[in-house]
Amino acid sequence: MTKSGFVIANLFRKRTRTILTLLSVITAFLLFGLLQSVNTIFSAGADFVGATRLIVQARVSFTSPLPISMLPKLEAVPGVARVGYSQWFGGVWQENTPLIMFSIDPLRHHDIYPEYVMPEGEWQAFANTRTGMIAGKMVAEQYGWKLGQKIPISSNIFPQKNGSKAWSFDLVGIFDGKDENWKKRTNIVYVQHDYFDEANQFGMKGRTNFFILRLTDSARAEATARTVDAMFENSPDETKTQTEKDFNISFVKQIGDIGLIVRWILFAVFFTLLLVVGNTMAQSVRERIPELAVLKTLGFSDRSVLGFVLAEAFALCLAGGLVGLSLASLAGAMVEKGTGGQFQLHLDGSVWLLGALAIVLMSVAVGLLPGLRARRLRIVDALAGH
Amino acid sequence: MPESMVEVAKVTKVYQRGKQKIEVLHGLDLDIPKGDFVALMGPSGSGKTTLLNLIGGLDQPTSGEVRVGGSRIDQLGSGELARWRAHNVGFVFQFYNLMPVLTAERNVELPLLLTKLSSAQRRKNVAVALEVVGLADRAKHKPRELSGGQEQRVAIARALVSDPQLLVCDEPTGDLDRKTADEILGLLQVLNREHGKTIVIVTHDPKAAEFARRILHLEKGQLLEQARAA
Repeated sequence: MTKSGFVIANLFRKRTRTILTLLSVITAFLLFGLLQSVNTIFSAGADFVGATRLIVQARVSFTSPLPISMLPKLEAVPGVARVGYSQWFGGVWQENTPLIMFSIDPLRHHDIYPEYVMPEGEWQAFANTRTGMIAGKMVAEQYGWKLGQKIPISSNIFPQKNGSKAWSFDLVGIFDGKDENWKKRTNIVYVQHDYFDEANQFGMKGRTNFFILRLTDSARAEATARTVDAMFENSPDETKTQTEKDFNISFVKQIGDIGLIVRWILFAVFFTLLLVVGNTMAQSVRERIPELAVLKTLGFSDRSVLGFVLAEAFALCLAGGLVGLSLASLAGAMVEKGTGGQFQLHLDGSVWLLGALAIVLMSVAVGLLPGLRARRLRIVDALAGH
Repeated sequence: MPESMVEVAKVTKVYQRGKQKIEVLHGLDLDIPKGDFVALMGPSGSGKTTLLNLIGGLDQPTSGEVRVGGSRIDQLGSGELARWRAHNVGFVFQFYNLMPVLTAERNVELPLLLTKLSSAQRRKNVAVALEVVGLADRAKHKPRELSGGQEQRVAIARALVSDPQLLVCDEPTGDLDRKTADEILGLLQVLNREHGKTIVIVTHDPKAAEFARRILHLEKGQLLEQARAA
């Protein structure tokens, strides 16, 4: 027997209670793992995007489109190498599978996003085919799309002029990402903006949701953004310009401050867990005051007895935490697979690190008070039942 | 003159219960030579267990000296006292106080976790201790699977396993029937006579006390007389 063996044996003195407590810890860490991954996706996801591109949208909201006629002015801003634009299409595949789908100017987009890799011929075909569409490799593989295929897509926003929301596009290209990060972002579909502009019923001719500016020098991103916004100040189309990364974050924050929501949920989960595990530990120590006194009688020091209680708390939190986080990993991988990689819910190193920190803090929080009680125990009083 | 194992000199012990001070031992003197087997008797509240706790290093006197095996244990701090107990004294309690989650052999091994012995050496010592108390065949049983007498034998094996020279036993047969109690006391006698252990037991039972070499009577915190057992 070792001291750790003794700790584990003590944990299972009330098997049902320990298993139930362990299940609460597992559930809490499963939730922690999944929610923290969601938070990571929403708040820190695209660090690799950097600040080489700026997104220009209407100051009020990106749902108010800006006139494409702003393009030459934007191109004239010092430090801007190339300007493209994109319009949210609201595409839906088959019955109800939403797509991340934009209408764009093909060649401008090609210049702005060199990270997307596709044969030149396919870029040209996209530029030259009015009903052309290109799809990221991830989407194409998920839905089994092949080059040359006609893809029926409906838009949940824009009907065609004949009133039908059913559109049909020719798949002329399939693009990949230049590295692992960009390969994960091939869950997008693009169509020709000119075609969309002419064919949609809404008559929002010559307008677009966003301009994308590719910069010559990322260090000048902030200054360029200020210049752009100043240029359109007090005009009917005031702008809000931000880096692509900030834009992505603010885009998802429209559905709420995910980080804040996640933090509150986790706070509630861990607070409840603290009470559950804390109560288990306190009860467990209270039940065996005479045993702890016997340990001291046999020669275990006050500090050793404190150590035993803390080790029990740690073992409980560690086992529950590791199982919970592993289950979260597994669930995340299943969600990622199930959504064809569109929802990348994997637990990265930072989530595991935070999880490890939570395990340690939780162990101390639930083990310290009962441990100190055990440490302070006077042998003669405890043996006499006082 | 035989060498002393326990020397208690002018020991007083005062407990504070709320605002009230209760003096349990009043300037008590006692000498127990090495290899002795002493039974402490007396009515409830006479200070038997208090004296036993002081001898075993479980408590400290309010004043006076307690020397065991040559060490002034009344001057040791709590950490030093814990280390001293681990190496010098074995305890046997009325209600056995075994760890219910551990098997008999694991219970006996527990004090050895405080030593630097290897796992193999610990197992060997445990086997010897269980053999001495006649429970080698019950090594894998948990306390709830043993009778009271067997549990007390395991407790004695646990007290013996680190080979202390002094065993202190608080009512070791108080929870046992006569026959089993006699077996346990017989075992303590063997440990005293054949293995040279110095043994101090507290008991209310005159028949149990007869197994000792000496019977000491305590009343109101003072030693009344010393009688030699039959």
